[in-house]
Amino acid sequence: MTYKPRFMTSRRSLLKGTGAAFIGLTFMPYKSMAEEEKKLNFYNWDTYIGENTLADFNSATGIEVKMDLYADNAELFAKLKEGNPGYDVIVPTNDYVERMITAGMLEELDQSKIPNMANIADAFKDAAFDPGRKHSIPYMWGTLGHGYRKSKVEDAGSWKASLVGETHSGRIALLGDGESVIGIALKYLGHSFNSVDPDHMKAAEELLIAGKKNIKTYADDNGQDLLASGEVDLTMEWNGDIIQVMAEDDDLSYVVPEEGSLLWQDCVCIPKGAPHPNNAHAFLNYILDADAGAHIADTIQYATANAAAKAKMSEEYTSNPGIFPSDEVIAKCEPSLYSEEKTKLRSESWTRIQAA
Amino acid sequence: MENWKENRIVFWVTALPGVFWLTVFFLIPLALIWGMSFGEKTSIVDIEVTGTLANYVRSFESVYVQIIWKSIWISALSCALCLAIAYPIAFGICFSPPKWRPLLLLLIILPFWINLLIRTYALIAVFRTRGTLNFLLEWLWNLAFMDKLIGPYQPLELLYNNGAVIVGMVYVFMPFMVLPLYATIERLDRSYLEASLDLGASQWTTFWKVTVPLTMPGIVSGVILVFIPMLGMFLVPDLLGGTNAIMIGNVITDQFKAANDWPFGAALSFLLMYVTFLALALRAFIGARSRGRVGV
Repeated sequence: MTYKPRFMTSRRSLLKGTGAAFIGLTFMPYKSMAEEEKKLNFYNWDTYIGENTLADFNSATGIEVKMDLYADNAELFAKLKEGNPGYDVIVPTNDYVERMITAGMLEELDQSKIPNMANIADAFKDAAFDPGRKHSIPYMWGTLGHGYRKSKVEDAGSWKASLVGETHSGRIALLGDGESVIGIALKYLGHSFNSVDPDHMKAAEELLIAGKKNIKTYADDNGQDLLASGEVDLTMEWNGDIIQVMAEDDDLSYVVPEEGSLLWQDCVCIPKGAPHPNNAHAFLNYILDADAGAHIADTIQYATANAAAKAKMSEEYTSNPGIFPSDEVIAKCEPSLYSEEKTKLRSESWTRIQAA
Repeated sequence: MENWKENRIVFWVTALPGVFWLTVFFLIPLALIWGMSFGEKTSIVDIEVTGTLANYVRSFESVYVQIIWKSIWISALSCALCLAIAYPIAFGICFSPPKWRPLLLLLIILPFWINLLIRTYALIAVFRTRGTLNFLLEWLWNLAFMDKLIGPYQPLELLYNNGAVIVGMVYVFMPFMVLPLYATIERLDRSYLEASLDLGASQWTTFWKVTVPLTMPGIVSGVILVFIPMLGMFLVPDLLGGTNAIMIGNVITDQFKAANDWPFGAALSFLLMYVTFLALALRAFIGARSRGRVGV
C-alpha cells in the first residue's frame, strides 16, 4: 500500500508527459505566427557537430536544439520520403542533396537570412548539384581513400592494392557501400566514378569479383575499427574515420590513391515541412559563423568549407594532408552525381558481386 | 464463460483491444506492403500500385534465387544446431531441482536484456584475430610448450565466413528454442518414460520412441520461432559474414534503403512469407496425416 500514492503521481506525470509529447507532435507550419517557439529539431550524423555548438547556439538565441542521429544517407532519405516527421535541419551528402531537390523534399533557402554565407570558401560558393546554393549550404567535405598500417603496407598509393589485392591477401577490407566501391573500381580502370556505360560497369564488376578471394570483408562503417584492431592492414574508408584512429595509433595512415577518388561534400539543408523555418535559418547562419565553425572543425576534424573558420584554425589542422589533400589530388577526384539509373544498376551489380 | 454466443458483449469487450491492435499495427501495414509489391516506382518518392507482376518476376532471376537458397540452407543448418544444443539444455533445466529452475531460466533469458546489435559486436570481440578466444588458445598453446616444439601460435581466422554467421545466428536465437522446449518437456508425463524403461526399452529407444514424439509440439514451435526470423536476418551476416555473406534479408534492406526500390523489396519480403506459409501448410498436412495413421 505504501507505494500506491507514488504510482498515482507517476501516472499523473505520465499524463503530463504525454501532453507535452502531443504538443511536440503538432508540427504545424507556424509561418502565420509572428514568433516561432524557441525550438529546433536537428537530424544529424553521429559525432558530427562541435562539442558545445548546440549549447552555445542556445545561449546566443534562446533556441533549444533537439538532435536525432542517423547512420547513413539512405536512412535519412527513407525517413523523410513519406513526409517530414518534424525535422528542421538535416545534413545530406551532395548526391542526396541533388536527389532530394529533384524529389522536391528541400525548402528553398532565404539567403537574406544567412548573411554568413559570405564566409563560405570560394570553391564551395556554388555547386553543380545545387546551382546558386538555393537549397543547401556546405558543411564539411572529404575524400575516400586507403587507411593502412605503415609497417605492413607499402603500396597503398594505388587502388590496385585493395581492389586486386594480391599483395595483402586476406588482410583487406572494402567499404560495404556498393555504389562507392563500384565507383572506385571504375576510377581504377580509368573511367569516371559516375559511369553507367555497360562495358565499364561489366569490367568493374569482373574486377571486384576476381578480387573477392583476397578481401576479408565488406565493412559496413567499421573499416577503421578493423584496421585499428589489427584485423586488416588495408581498408577503403572515409578520411575522417581513419584520421580518428590515426590519433590513437602512429602506425596508421591515410592516403588518396593516385588514380583519384570520390570527393564528397556534406550540406546543411532545411527539409520541406520544417516546423521552425526561421530558427532553422538562424541555425544555418550560426554554423557559418567564423568562431562557431572553427569550434565544430576543431571537434570533428573534418575539412570545413567555411573559409573564415579555417583561417582561425591551427597549422596542425590546416596542413594535415589527410584532412586537406593537395590541389593536385583534388583535381583527380570526382563528386558522386545522382541518377536513378546509376543507383539501380549499381545496386543490382553489387548484389551479383556479393553473391558470386 | 461457457459459450461466447451467450455472452456476446463480454466477448467483444475482451476481443476488441486485440482485434484493434492486430488490425492497425499488423494487418493494415502488411496490406500496404503487399499492395506495394504489385507496384511500380513512378518517381523518386512516388509508388503507384499498378498490379504488375514485374517485381515477382524479377525475384526469380538466378542471382536472387541463389541468395534465397543460400539463406534457406544457412537458416536450416543454424536452426538444426540450435535444436541440438537447446534440447539438452531444456531437458537439464526441467530435471534440475525445482528451486534452481527459475534461476536457470533467467540465465537463458538474460541475453535478451542486451540489444542484439551489442551482443553481435561482443561476438566480434570474442572471435576476431586478436580476440578473447584466440588469446585463450594462444595461452593454452604456450602452456603446452607447443611454441617450443612446433612454433608460435597462428591465430585462427574465426570471423568473416559462413561459419561465423551460423555461430552468430545460433547464439542470437538460442533462447527462442529453449523456452518452447522447456514448456513442453516440463509437461511431459514422466510415468511414460518409466513405463518404457520398465518394459525393457533402452535409454536410446525410450528417447527416440517416447520422449521425442511427446515433445514434438515444442520442437515444432521452437523450429518455427527460430527458422523464420533467421531467414530474414540481415544484421548478423552483415557484421560477422565475409564477402559472400549476403542473405535475402540484406537484399531486402538494400531495396528499402540504398537502392530505394520499395516495390521490389516488398515483393521479396512477401516471397519469403509465401514460402513460410507453404511450409506451415505442409506441416499441418503432414501432421494431420500422421495423426490419422497413429490414431491418437
